[in-house]
Amino acid sequence: MSSLVLAHTRYQLLEQIRVPLGLVASAFFPAASMLAFVVPFAGDDPAGATRATGSMMLIGAMSAALMGLSISVAQDREQPWNPYLRTLPAGPFPRFAGRILTTMAVMLVAAVPVLVIAALLTKASVTAPRLALGMAALLAGSLPFMLIGLFLGFLLPSKAAIGVSQVVFFPIAIVGGLFMPPQVMPEFLQALSPYAPSRGAAELVWSAATGATPGTTGIVMLVVWTVAAALAAAWAYRRDEGRRFS
Amino acid sequence: MTVLARAAQVSRRYGDVLALDRVSLDIRAGELVGLLGPNGAGKSTLINLFVGLRRPTSGTVELLGGSPQDPLVRQGIGVTPQETGLPEALRVGEIVDFVSAHYPRRADKGELLARFGLQDLARRQIGGLSGGQRRRLAVALAFAGEPRMVFLDEPTTGLDVEARRALWDGVRSFHEQGGTILLTSHYLEEIEALARRVIVVGHGRVLADDTVTAIRDVVGTRRVSLTAAELPELPGVLSSEREDGRIHLLTADPDRLVVELVRSGTPFSGLEIRPTTLEEAFLAITSKETADV
Repeated sequence: MSSLVLAHTRYQLLEQIRVPLGLVASAFFPAASMLAFVVPFAGDDPAGATRATGSMMLIGAMSAALMGLSISVAQDREQPWNPYLRTLPAGPFPRFAGRILTTMAVMLVAAVPVLVIAALLTKASVTAPRLALGMAALLAGSLPFMLIGLFLGFLLPSKAAIGVSQVVFFPIAIVGGLFMPPQVMPEFLQALSPYAPSRGAAELVWSAATGATPGTTGIVMLVVWTVAAALAAAWAYRRDEGRRFS
Repeated sequence: MTVLARAAQVSRRYGDVLALDRVSLDIRAGELVGLLGPNGAGKSTLINLFVGLRRPTSGTVELLGGSPQDPLVRQGIGVTPQETGLPEALRVGEIVDFVSAHYPRRADKGELLARFGLQDLARRQIGGLSGGQRRRLAVALAFAGEPRMVFLDEPTTGLDVEARRALWDGVRSFHEQGGTILLTSHYLEEIEALARRVIVVGHGRVLADDTVTAIRDVVGTRRVSLTAAELPELPGVLSSEREDGRIHLLTADPDRLVVELVRSGTPFSGLEIRPTTLEEAFLAITSKETADV
C-alpha cells in the first residue's frame, strides 16, 4: 500500500515540478505580501514581525490548499486519464494521499521565501524548535483548507473552481486576521474572527512560533471546520463517483 | 477452458438510453476476441463494465472469477488509456514506472517499450511525442503489469501502416504467450488481422458472435437498389424492402442477381449497387431471422 502512495506522490510531484506555475503562484503571493505589508509596517517589532511571518506562511499554505488543490482536482476530473486511473488496481486512498502529500510539499516550498524575507529584512526571530513546531502547525492548520479544496474540486467544473476558490480564499484569510492583526479589525469582524477556520489555524501557528496561548474558540472551531470539511469532501467525492462511474 | 470475463444478461441504461440490452458473452483464457460495431453500438459501455468503471443496471459481470470493482481482481487485467489524456509533463519511462507500481508482477520496462517500438523514447516527455507514439505508449501501458487479460479500445485508429504493424506485432506476441485479449474496433480489417472470434454489437445487442470468416461473408453483402413494379423470384436475396417506390435487396452475390434480373426480362430502372455498412448488414440479417421464426 505504501509503495502505491509513494508512486502517486512521485507522479503528482513530477507534474508539479514540470509545470511549476502553481508552485510559483503559491510562493509568490505570500512573499509579495510580506514585502508590501509586513516589512514596512511591522518589520521593527520582533513579536509583531514573527506573528506576521506566520500569517504570511499560512496565506501561502491556504492558497496551495484551497486554490491549488481545487483547481487540479477539478481539471483532472475532466481528463480522460482519470477513468483510466480508476481501472488500475488501487482504491482511491493512494491518489488522495499522493495529492495531500504533494500539496504539503508545495506549502513548505511556498513558506521558504517568506522565511528568507523575514530573516533578512525584519526583526522577526524564532528558535529552531519553535520553527519546526510552527511548520508542523502550518501543516496541521491547513488540513481543513485542503479538505475544502478537495470538496470544491470534486463539486465544480475547473473554470468554476478557479473563481470560487479565489472568492472563498480572500474573505476567509481576512476574517481570520492573516492580512492584519485581529485587534485592528472592525468590531464585527473581531467578533466573527474566531469562528473562521483561518483564525484557528493562525492561532496554532502563532502560538507555535511565539509561545503565546492560542484562543480556545479558534482551536475548537478549527476542529469543527476540519470535521465538517472532511464530511463535505467525502460527500462530493461520492457524488462525483456516482455521476461518473455508477 | 477457464472463462476470464463473463457478461450474463447485462443491461445498462443511461437515463432514457438503453446502451446495452441483455448482453451475454463469455471470453475464455487464451482467446483473442474482436468486438466490432459502429460508434454508439455499446462497445465502450461493455468494456467499461468489464474493467469496473461502471456497474450494470441489471445482470452480472464477472472478471477473472470475481467482481471488476475489486482492485485485487483488476491486478490481472490491463487497460489502454485514451492517448489524448496521457499526462504531458511526465517522461515515457516515468509513466511506465507509475503504472507498473500498481501490479505485483511487472513487465521489464526496456523490453516493454521495445515490444511497441518505443525503445529510444524512455526519457522523452509525453508532451513531445507524436500521435502514433502516444497511441503505442497507451497500448504498451495495458501490458505493464503482466496481465492475464487486456482490453484494447480502438488501438490503431489513426495510425500509419508501419505503426499499426508494430502494434499488431506486440499484441500478437502477448497472445502467443497465452494472453487473452478483448479488442474493439469499427474496422473489420483490424479485427481480421488479429482476432479469430468476432462479436458484433449494434444497438446495445450482440448481433453475431462467430469466426472472422463467417462474419466476413456476412459483411461482404451488397445492397442492390432499383425501381421496378414487380420482381420475379431472384437468387441469393438475403432481404428485400420497398421504400418510396424503390426496392432494396441485400445479397452476397450482386453479379448473379443482376444477371438473373436481366435474363427474366423484368422492366426496371435506376439500378444501383453499393456495399452495405456493417450495421445494415447485421440488422438486415437479424431482422430477417426474427421475421422467419
